[in-house]
Amino acid sequence: MNSGLASEIGQLALEHLTLVIVSMSIAIAAAVPAGILITRRAAWRPWLLGFANVMQTIPSLALFGFLIPVPLIGGIGKRTAIVALVLYALLPIMRNTLVGILGVDAAVRESAVAMGMTGRQLLWRVEMPLAARTILAGIRVATVTTIGTATIAAAIGGGGLGVFIFRGIASVDTAQILAGAVPAACIALAADGALGWVERRWTN
Amino acid sequence: MSAVVEFRAASYRIGAREILKSLSLTVEAGETLVLLGRSGSGKTTALKMVNGLLFPSAGEVLVDATPTTAWEPVRLKRRIGYVIQEIGLFPHYTVAQNVGLVPRLENWDGDRIRERVDTLLRQVGLDPELFAARYPAQLSGGQRQRVGVARALAADPSVLLFDEPFGAVDPVTRLDLQKQFLALRRDLGKTSIFVTHDVREALMLATRIALLRDGRLELLATPRQFQDSAGDEALAFLECLDWKANPQ
Repeated sequence: MNSGLASEIGQLALEHLTLVIVSMSIAIAAAVPAGILITRRAAWRPWLLGFANVMQTIPSLALFGFLIPVPLIGGIGKRTAIVALVLYALLPIMRNTLVGILGVDAAVRESAVAMGMTGRQLLWRVEMPLAARTILAGIRVATVTTIGTATIAAAIGGGGLGVFIFRGIASVDTAQILAGAVPAACIALAADGALGWVERRWTN
Repeated sequence: MSAVVEFRAASYRIGAREILKSLSLTVEAGETLVLLGRSGSGKTTALKMVNGLLFPSAGEVLVDATPTTAWEPVRLKRRIGYVIQEIGLFPHYTVAQNVGLVPRLENWDGDRIRERVDTLLRQVGLDPELFAARYPAQLSGGQRQRVGVARALAADPSVLLFDEPFGAVDPVTRLDLQKQFLALRRDLGKTSIFVTHDVREALMLATRIALLRDGRLELLATPRQFQDSAGDEALAFLECLDWKANPQ
């Protein structure tokens, strides 16, 4: 392997990671509060979950394409890619936040209220710690999916390891495709392992 | 004697269904009032109206002479200890953290909480050295129930509410817990309201028994008067004590 390719892999892998980290941070910051909100407002549940659900059913390449003509968030480049990745990551995080909190034993919740915990104390001292494992599992699934989906960002000029893959497809060059696919798979495995470790540590 | 809790024509309805029908009842300081009745008789509903988990749809419930609706909800709940059958210990907290919860919410300092937790665990018959650092999953059903009682006592509440607290344990453990309850009452003299459907438990623990039937107060009597009562529902419960199959 020549050093030019190695340094390009390094650079694109870093770009890929940046896309994933930025998207996941935004997705977590939006989906966890949204998940908490719909445990309190059951009427909003079908709307928010439905929205996240619809986002996930759109084929990823199409979603990137759809966003290009949208003003402000659209266009060619990283910003559009990040918006698409965030929309993709919402569902597993929001759903797991909801399921995790609703899964807290009713007797535990009732005794927390009966002992005079405020709504905020109930959430932060009881519901969130007990739901943490489920929420983390959602974040883990979303992260691994995002690492894979982020390869498509290259199609709309978002950069990342997908650049190799699209270049390889265009020039029928398997080596180029592998130069993108293998590092992406390695990042996904590493992220899965690391988040799995955090998940286990959290509850033990 | 002074009234700690007073029901004044308190009713509770969900939609068209009236679960509690105009209950009037006074609970005096230091007494153990047992709410006895079948499933669906409204006894748990009445209990939950004391600490503001439910509010009456008509009438009112007074705690320390103030209607529950006029209390600040969190203050009212922290003044009242609550023990339920499922116990509801926090699985992610140790025994000491569970027992010290209300004092911590009330911002007691650490040393005072530790001291209080030790005293309480001893009072309910658990050695703090052995149990303080355990998690609820590492306890037997009876031990968990003792922790539940210690937690309810933590902030020195003026009233204790028990909702079939010993219903889910085996009869031998239950008797232990009932004796513990009587010992605690002798030592602490707390006002208690105790919900059960077990007439034997009611006769053993009550200073007065309030018998509920279909949301109505059927009879209010001391255990002795209750045993002599000729009312239908009282007789139905008393038959549970005496009935034996014919020997073969």
